Amino acid sequence: MAFEPSPADSSARMSAGVMAGQAARGVAGIARFVLVVAATFLGLLAITFFIGRVVPIDPVLAVVGDRATAAVYEAARERMGLDRPLLVQFFSYVGDVLTGNLGQSISTGRAVVDDLGRFFPATLEMATVGILIGVALGVPMGVTAARRQGSWADQVIRVLGLLGYSVPAFWLGLVGLAVFYAGLGWVAGPGRIDIFYEGLVEPVTGIYLIDSLMAGEWEVFWNAASHLLLPASILGFFSLAYIARMTRSFMLDQLSQEYVTTARVKGVPERRVIWRHAFYPIRIQLITVIGLSYASLLEGSVMIETVFSWPGIGRYLTVALLNADMNAVLGATLVIGSVFILINKVSDVLYRILDPRARR
Amino acid sequence: MTAPLLTIKNLTVTFPTPKGPVEVVRGISFSLGRERLGIVGESGSGKSMTGRSILKLIRPPGRVTADEMVFDGIDLMGLRERRMRELRGARISMVMQDPKFSLNPVMTVGEQIGEALQTHRPMPRRQLRARVLEMLEAVRINEPERVADLYPHEVSGGMGQRVMIAMMLIPEPDLLIADEPTSALDVSVQAQVLDIIDELVRRNGMGLILISHDLGLVARYCDRILVMNGGAIVEECAARDLDKARHPYTRGLLAAMPRMDEDREELPVLDRTAWAAT
Amino acid sequence: MSAVRDWLLDDSPSSRLQASLGRAWRSFSALMRNPLAVAGALIIVVLIVMAVFAPWIAPHSAIGQDLANRLAPPSALHWMGTDELGRDIFSRVVYGSRITLMIVTMVAVISAPIGLLVGAVSGYFGGWTDRVLMGVTDIFLSMPKLILALAFVAALGPGIENAIIAIAITAWPVYARIARAETITFRDSEFIAAVQLQGASSVRVILRHVLPLCASSTIIRVTLDMAGIILTAAGLGFLGLGAQPPLPEWGAMISSGRNFILDQWWVATMPGFAIIAVSLGFCFLGDGLRDVLDPKQRDGR
Repeated sequence: MAFEPSPADSSARMSAGVMAGQAARGVAGIARFVLVVAATFLGLLAITFFIGRVVPIDPVLAVVGDRATAAVYEAARERMGLDRPLLVQFFSYVGDVLTGNLGQSISTGRAVVDDLGRFFPATLEMATVGILIGVALGVPMGVTAARRQGSWADQVIRVLGLLGYSVPAFWLGLVGLAVFYAGLGWVAGPGRIDIFYEGLVEPVTGIYLIDSLMAGEWEVFWNAASHLLLPASILGFFSLAYIARMTRSFMLDQLSQEYVTTARVKGVPERRVIWRHAFYPIRIQLITVIGLSYASLLEGSVMIETVFSWPGIGRYLTVALLNADMNAVLGATLVIGSVFILINKVSDVLYRILDPRARR
Repeated sequence: MTAPLLTIKNLTVTFPTPKGPVEVVRGISFSLGRERLGIVGESGSGKSMTGRSILKLIRPPGRVTADEMVFDGIDLMGLRERRMRELRGARISMVMQDPKFSLNPVMTVGEQIGEALQTHRPMPRRQLRARVLEMLEAVRINEPERVADLYPHEVSGGMGQRVMIAMMLIPEPDLLIADEPTSALDVSVQAQVLDIIDELVRRNGMGLILISHDLGLVARYCDRILVMNGGAIVEECAARDLDKARHPYTRGLLAAMPRMDEDREELPVLDRTAWAAT
Repeated sequence: MSAVRDWLLDDSPSSRLQASLGRAWRSFSALMRNPLAVAGALIIVVLIVMAVFAPWIAPHSAIGQDLANRLAPPSALHWMGTDELGRDIFSRVVYGSRITLMIVTMVAVISAPIGLLVGAVSGYFGGWTDRVLMGVTDIFLSMPKLILALAFVAALGPGIENAIIAIAITAWPVYARIARAETITFRDSEFIAAVQLQGASSVRVILRHVLPLCASSTIIRVTLDMAGIILTAAGLGFLGLGAQPPLPEWGAMISSGRNFILDQWWVATMPGFAIIAVSLGFCFLGDGLRDVLDPKQRDGR
């Protein structure tokens, strides 16, 4: 569970970030930035293509599944154009993806694109609430730890941070279910909503919290919220661990800056010293950290969704994996990968646009 | 002369290290009126720590003790942090070494100067802005309107330090500590910055503590000089009597200074054995 | 004893052996002063001992079933209870350490050299070689690792070997980045020029002079990555894509205990503690190593 981006990720981000910074400066920069993003997407496509067509010993079998009849097998083989050169196959694959054709899922029998559209809001809802929890708790914790470096609060936050690297998400999910659902009964169990409420609210956004509010169905809202609370909190814990750790490290760096002393010399109240002088300059770095954390929550949701029977993309992916439903696997990989890349790059651009030092 | 502005008796600053506590300032005493006092010494002599301990800005694990530290009748040692904060900026202020690091990079120059005043005397925006521009003019900045809206990385070092001075003097404090205010600047603008400090300090009738490693500079801008070495004051004299200084360290520093009418082949190096015994 | 110490800490070592042993000793004693690093090292030593001596440590067989005694709670006889087939969970955890150790070792042995080589070649030659290799590396870096590993396993088929390959494929780019950064810092230095003037081939320069210098930062990074590798491997096992039953892989054990989590909590919980302990061990040790070998990277994670 790579919940935390590594420093090498950030060094890679920096080089893309420099380009993103220039993006704010001119058309050439924008073109270059688009090129970088496009190249990365092409890379993602190359990898999924490679996984789908080259790695399996029999790609046809991988797509249709080993239960397919000979006729289905032949049809698929022809449709995939496996007799053509690899490069031609790749370009037609890219064309297919760009036109939204990801093939059919053998387990649901529907077009993979439709499936993904149906399952994505659930993942989005959980990851978003998760990141909100992570930010709301992680940032103040990181600031506190930095202000009281070496205190018990700092130690607790340090241990929490290390646990974020060491606890398997799926295990924490199971323990959470045993304690808070079965043991204490504080939250609802697996799934998005009780079966009783299912279909009561017309799906508009696909995000239950929003849909139920728009329909004014408070009971549905609370039920959905109580189903969401535990899995989102567990995702939130992982982002909290990472965000608190990074906030602490940024803040320690800030608090040793001479201009923070300047503010104290001026007699500025401590609260304002911390938030206006020390924290304000790092909010942009934090946006990048939060963006990365959000992206990794989408990834982490694969495990959590499996544990909580949450009908999102992650669970769709794992079900497809177990059924060797390659089209669905690659489609889900593509969607999660794209969102991941997009969030990465966008937080880079934001960083460069918002920092007055980088603006010039 | 009436009661002194600042009296310090037996000030000690200690930092813990893996090899036990180290005293960076060792029991120094001095007093200051509305005059210009220079503190001279090499880096590590404890002169900057002295400046910061007057503002009680030594961060833990550093520790400050003193038998007495009284500013204008206020006992600084016994003062709560909250009251101390009301004093900082408003009555005692400090110009720091390098504007590149001591100005907040993501606040405009005008905001930062305004904040210094607003913290102690809340006032409407328009009035605040007028005061800021007035102050920028006082430190000889030509287009205050434009400069006020710049970020620190957009101004030169000399201008940055003038902004710093404006920021520290706008609440009209009684005592200004200038900690190596020109050592990060080009030689060409050093004199200009010091002249501005000198002019404003005289005009407002303030006390000034000028901390520097440059004996000649301190002699030129101060009335009285303290020479520090190894955390202790080794010499105290009036600026004009500097050439009569007796302590071997001071003599060594003086001898090491180049002069206009130079006829020496080589500048002497400080001979540390001369006072090491003391 | 003190003579040995003096010899090790001699300021002017008389042989290359003395110098390198002395340096190792200094690093080692610095590491021993860091309590968390010591704790981490201890955990890893315990893991290795458990793996090597599993048959002697485990009180029961890892696969021997005892259906009469299934789902027994922790007791003096079964310290961590028994699972749904009556197997002793403690014994399975002990044997499972072999699988975990094998996975992390194999991933490190596969991915670190690949990364090092790509990075060193990229940094040493520069120009187009660099651009192409780093382009590929950056693309891999901006992909979500777990998802990528999952997709690879899906294509390769479930199993422990394929899980190792899939994780290694996603792990190498980080090391390539590190090796490249290191290589660039000393590519133009005098000693490399000296070796080149002696007529050494590029292959020889890279293998004999560039790679050894990248080793310490790579070792730190690998240690820090171990926790992530363990978690990914356990995750694959949990999803049924890694080690297959009846292998006592910790992730797979949690997966089989999943159905009993509400009533027989120990079946799924106990292997989780093993995963956490070992991951924390690698984190602690990695943090400590970084502080000792590479102080400038502190807090950079």
